[in-house]
Amino acid sequence: MELNCKHVWAHISEYIDQTVPAEVREEIERHLEHCEICSAVLDSTRNILVLTADNRTFELPIGFSKRLHDRLEDEMNSAGAKPAGPRE
Amino acid sequence: MTASTTGAAKERNEAELIARILAGEKELFHELIRPYERMLYLTAFSIVKNETDAEECAQDAVVNAYRHLDRFRGDAKFSTWLVTIVVNEARQKLRKAKRAREDSLDETIEGEEQEFTPAPLTDWREIPLEALERKELRETLRKAVANLPDIYRQVFTLRDLQEMNVAETAAALGVNENIVKVRLHRARMMLQKTLAPYLKTTAPARKGFWGRMPWS
Repeated sequence: MELNCKHVWAHISEYIDQTVPAEVREEIERHLEHCEICSAVLDSTRNILVLTADNRTFELPIGFSKRLHDRLEDEMNSAGAKPAGPRE
Repeated sequence: MTASTTGAAKERNEAELIARILAGEKELFHELIRPYERMLYLTAFSIVKNETDAEECAQDAVVNAYRHLDRFRGDAKFSTWLVTIVVNEARQKLRKAKRAREDSLDETIEGEEQEFTPAPLTDWREIPLEALERKELRETLRKAVANLPDIYRQVFTLRDLQEMNVAETAAALGVNENIVKVRLHRARMMLQKTLAPYLKTTAPARKGFWGRMPWS
């Protein structure tokens, strides 16, 4: 069976994650060899994922880490806090 | 060393840390959660969509995890346990603010047979790495992710920002694995559609390179 572009698009996410069944994968690869549009869609999606995983894209607020550990320290030192340990 | 042996070593190290914390070395909890600060914040942000609330959720989750560390069972990964806690914190905050989306609404979106047509650009492969380095592109991606429907953004954040696997994502969000796959696919296709044209229009004109583009 020859896949058309829409079939390929439907499988792009699985294809990227390498969870697509082997026979479908072969069909997709055969299609990609001659379809520039699908190749571009695949590459653009991959580029977006690379950019997403780049730590500079989604950054933590300045001072986040310090405030987090300060709060934790307060919790550890507060008299009422239940210390970590086996429950009674 | 392969990734899997590194992962196994990390889990052993965590199990040891947890045992020591429970035995009284509570200060080690700082060390235990340090690798997950980013995950805590970004997960919360994907749900509450607001920096202040996300930070508060992350802090609440850490305090909660500290208080209930004895309930952590070694059969799940510590990271999975922690992400579940922060998801719950964030959802509670949403409910308190009465901004929670009803599940039935989610189902309507899910149930519709939507067809996603990606942006058909033939020039994407040629986008040089330096374009990916541009700051405004990252800003555009942040906005596009923020504008995804909630259920898609949450899955996308766990899977593609935090690189959690399908099973961990499903467990953290309380949905089945197939829903994770469907939502992830749609999120990625929506982002592709949003971002591809942006890249095209803002691509710097460079003779010799862009001259080969079919649209130039």
